[in-house]
Amino acid sequence: MRRALLYALLAMAAATFIYPFLWMAATTFKPATEVGTLSLIPDHPTFENYRVMWSRARVGRALLNSLLVATVNTTAVLVFGSITAYALARLSFPGRGLLLGASLAALLVPGQLTLIPTYALMVQLGWVDTYAALIVPYLFNVTGILILRQFFLQVPRSLIDAARLDGMGELRIIFTVFWPLAGPPLAMVGLFVFMGSWNEVLWPLLVIREEGLMTLPQLLTVFRMGGAAGPGGLAVQLAAAMVLVVPVVVAYLFLQRWFIESMTGTGLKG
Amino acid sequence: MRAEARSGLLLAGPYAAFLLVFNVYTMLFAVALVFMDWDLVTPPRFAGVENVRLLAVDDRFWRAIGNTLFFLAMHLPVQIVVALALALALDRPLALRSFWRAAFFLPVVISGAVVTILWGAVYATDVGLLNTMLHRVGIAPVPWLTHPDVALPALAAMFTWRNVGFYVVIYLAGLQYVPRSCYEAISLEGATPWQRFRYVTLPSLKPQTILVVTLSTINAFQIFIEPYVMTGGGPLRRTLTVVLYMYRQAFSYQKMGYAATIGLALAVIIFIVLAVQRRLIGKAEES
Repeated sequence: MRRALLYALLAMAAATFIYPFLWMAATTFKPATEVGTLSLIPDHPTFENYRVMWSRARVGRALLNSLLVATVNTTAVLVFGSITAYALARLSFPGRGLLLGASLAALLVPGQLTLIPTYALMVQLGWVDTYAALIVPYLFNVTGILILRQFFLQVPRSLIDAARLDGMGELRIIFTVFWPLAGPPLAMVGLFVFMGSWNEVLWPLLVIREEGLMTLPQLLTVFRMGGAAGPGGLAVQLAAAMVLVVPVVVAYLFLQRWFIESMTGTGLKG
Repeated sequence: MRAEARSGLLLAGPYAAFLLVFNVYTMLFAVALVFMDWDLVTPPRFAGVENVRLLAVDDRFWRAIGNTLFFLAMHLPVQIVVALALALALDRPLALRSFWRAAFFLPVVISGAVVTILWGAVYATDVGLLNTMLHRVGIAPVPWLTHPDVALPALAAMFTWRNVGFYVVIYLAGLQYVPRSCYEAISLEGATPWQRFRYVTLPSLKPQTILVVTLSTINAFQIFIEPYVMTGGGPLRRTLTVVLYMYRQAFSYQKMGYAATIGLALAVIIFIVLAVQRRLIGKAEES
C-alpha cells in the first residue's frame, strides 16, 4: 500500500516534468482551433506551424550556426584545455602557481561583472556581428582545465618517462598517451561545454544583430519577442523551440547518465 | 630542466594570455568604466563618482535587488523541500530508479530560450496549459504573467520546476554518504522516522544544502532571459532583475559606465548575500 502511494507520487512528479514537453510537441502539430486543448494527440494533425515557422525565420541557418559554434568551442576547449592542463599538471615552469591561483580566482568572479567590458572589447576589436565574438571568448574554459588537470595529475609518472625515452614531444604525449586514458573527463568537459554553448542566449543577444549569424536560442528569443510568429502564434513559437529541443532530448535519452554527471560534476549549468 | 620550463611556458602561454585579456583586463576595465561616461561611439568621458552616486539613489536598481531577494525568499525554501523530498523518495530500492531521476533532470538540460517559450505557453492567459487545466475544474483564468502580485511568484515556480532536478541529484549523491550506523543507532533508541530525518539525515546533508543555497542564489541574481522574454520586467517592474536592468542601460541607453557600475555592485551584493547566508546556516546548526 505504501509502495503504491510512493509510485503514484513519483509518477505525478515525473509527469510534472515530462508532460509540458509532450504537450509542447503535440501542440506544434495542432491547427489553431485546437491549440488551447490539453490532449496529446491532435484531432487534425498538421504541419502548418512548421511551415509558417520555416518561412518566417531562418531556422535552418541558425541551426547550422549553433552547430558550428558549439562544435568549434567544444573542440577548442578540449584541445587547448588538454595542452594547458598538461602543462599545469606535469611541467614545472615559472609562474605556474600564479596561473593556478588566477584560475581559481577567475571561477569566483560572477560573469555579470565582466559582461559589459567584454562586450566593449568586442566592439573595439570590430568583432560585433562576426563568428569571432561567439568563439574567441570561449576558446579556454577554466573549469574544464581544472578538471582535466586533476585527472592528468593521476597519470603515472612512468608512462611519461617511457614516452620521453621513445623520443615523444610534449604534444604527442598529450594526445597519444594521455587522451586514450582520459575518456571520461574529456567526455564530461566536452558535454558541458557543448551544452553550455548550445543553450546560451545572453551573449549572442549582445554581440550578434544580423539574422544570418544568429544562433538558434537567440533566433528563438528574437522570433518570439518580435512577434514574427504572427497573431495566435503560440504553436508556431513552440514549433521553433522544437528544433532546438529535439536534438538535445534525443541525445539525453541515450546519454542521460553522462548528461547528469557532466552537469552536476562541474557544478555549472547551461 | 630548462627545456621543461621552456615547454611549460610555451604550452601554458596562450592560456595565460587568454586570462590576461578576458579576466584581468576586463575586470580592470569594469572598474575603470565605473568612473566613466561612455556611449561606445564618442570617446569615454571621466565622470568621477557620478555613476556610483546615481546608483545609490536609483529606485529601479534597488527595486531589482528587492525583487531578487523576494524571489529567493519564495524560491529557496520550496526548492530545498521539493529537492529533498524527491531525493529521499528515490533513495531506496525502486523500480525504474534511473528513469525517475532522468525525468526530474530533464528540464535542466533544456535551453532557457526554450523554457521561456514553453512556460509562456503554460502561463498564457487565454489558451495556456495551466488556465485550460483550471478551467476544467471550474476556476477562472489567472493572469499569471500580467498581474503585479502573481508574476514574480509565477517566475519563481517556473524556476523551481526548471532547476529542482539538478538539486535532486546533488542530494541523492549526499545521501549515499549518510552513515548507516547512525540510522541503526537512533532507531535502537526508538526514534520516529521524523526524528531520524531531523537528527541524522538533515545534518548529514548540510554540505549539499549549502551548495543548493549558494548556487540558487548566484543563479537568481543572474536571471535575465525569463523576465526579458516573458514579462519585460513588468508588470509595474515587479519582475525587473538586475541583469535585465543592466542590459537595458547598456543596450537601450548606451550607458556603458552605468551598466558596468551595476555589474560591479551586483558582484558585491552577491558576495554579501552569500556571506550572510553562510552565517545563518552556521547559526541554524548551533541551535
